[in-house]
Amino acid sequence: MTLTDPVNFAKNDPAHRGKIKLVEQVSAINWNRIQDDKDLEVWNRLVGNFWLPEKVPLSNDVQSWNTLSSQEQMLTMRVFTGLTLLDTIQGTVGAVSLIPDALTPHEEAVYTNISFMESVHAKSYSSIFSTLCSTREIDDAFRWSVENENLQKKASIVMEYYRGDEPLKRKVASTLLESFLFYSGFYLPMYWSSRAKLTNTADLIRLIIRDEAVHGYYIGYKYQRGLEMVDAAKREELKDYTFSLLYELYENEVQYTQDLYDEVGLTEDVKKFLHYNANKALMNLGYEAMFPKSVTDVSPAILSALSPNADENHDFFSGSGSSYVIGKAVNTEDDDWDF
Amino acid sequence: MTKLIYFSSISENTRRFVEKLGLSAARIPLYPHDAPLRANEPYVLVIPTYGGGNGDGAVPKQVIRFLNDPGNRAHLRGVISTGNTNFGQAFGLAGDVVAKKCHVPHLYRVEIFGTPDDVRAVNEGLDLFWVAQQQLAPQTA
Repeated sequence: MTLTDPVNFAKNDPAHRGKIKLVEQVSAINWNRIQDDKDLEVWNRLVGNFWLPEKVPLSNDVQSWNTLSSQEQMLTMRVFTGLTLLDTIQGTVGAVSLIPDALTPHEEAVYTNISFMESVHAKSYSSIFSTLCSTREIDDAFRWSVENENLQKKASIVMEYYRGDEPLKRKVASTLLESFLFYSGFYLPMYWSSRAKLTNTADLIRLIIRDEAVHGYYIGYKYQRGLEMVDAAKREELKDYTFSLLYELYENEVQYTQDLYDEVGLTEDVKKFLHYNANKALMNLGYEAMFPKSVTDVSPAILSALSPNADENHDFFSGSGSSYVIGKAVNTEDDDWDF
Repeated sequence: MTKLIYFSSISENTRRFVEKLGLSAARIPLYPHDAPLRANEPYVLVIPTYGGGNGDGAVPKQVIRFLNDPGNRAHLRGVISTGNTNFGQAFGLAGDVVAKKCHVPHLYRVEIFGTPDDVRAVNEGLDLFWVAQQQLAPQTA
């Protein structure tokens, strides 16, 4: 496939002389001397979350796929090629570009894990395609991904920052990709799942969504550690930069959403999902949420497809209080806590 | 008077949420060599969810250590969890585990460090909750 080719892009960039910047010195990594506990915690979490698309019974979705109209099938394929492009960028450029900026060898190792998993994600969409679609349909969808202006713009905005000189700006771009840019795409499999369609595909996408949460959390955390090492003026500049990059991406994302979803009438709810996730991306970077509840109230069916615990009525304060039990003074044994 | 007890890792997300509530709060220590925290009056626990989403290890071990103290458990009235809906079934799972084991309500789930809307909802919810708790006071003091 001939998507935005990161290697050729870099070749065009004289500052990089055709290569992505590499770490200049390497010492043997000692996992018995951890400088930042988060590195080991996140490494363990990522390893524990490891999965491959072959484990998901995608072929069980063939019947369901055939109940979709050809327009719905085309939309689904376009959404997935868009996600493939983002995962390709993050796997081959984004996460890799963070390695030379790492402050600890363990941070470098975590980025290699992130990079690999992004490549697994990118490959997963091909597993979905090969299970559900014809070669011609697949080729058409990839061609669309190269030709769609807003998708290509989204890719080139992020690529530009990855090739820039500022480590903290790269982390902002990376966190916004992990925690915001994917979600115009993730909406659709959650929508199908809420209507009991393509449920195995949705299970696979949920694994990707889970990974992206850890990636966004970790890169955002490292950004915040980095902010502690610069002065107040620089911190202010980076905050302004973050919000202006988010606006730039957001405007493009709204147009991309319209390109895809206007025909099926879902644009408005997808935009709410974008706002909801933009807030989370900002929080991963340590900034307050920007969008008020009135524009983040995604359809409850989508939220419960994402997490069955996310609906409004689940907790004591927010709804029916179904989980409320009057606090009887029951003694628990210490053994109860041994998980 | 401390009505909130919380645990937060070095990412500080849960601490940030608790600070935004503006209520007096005590922190469960991060490291085993720190002096243990003891609760001596009713409180609501605010904790993050750990683990990868398989359900294992959802409650941070520091919180388990704290709740292993029967005195601390006796004063627990409710739990609020922080997490991320991206973790599916495991969103706020630590709150579910504590609620079930200690027979207290899981009051609210917050994502990351909470939006201003979450802060409002939790402040209002806690006000009403403590009023209701005081009516139960003779039984629970």
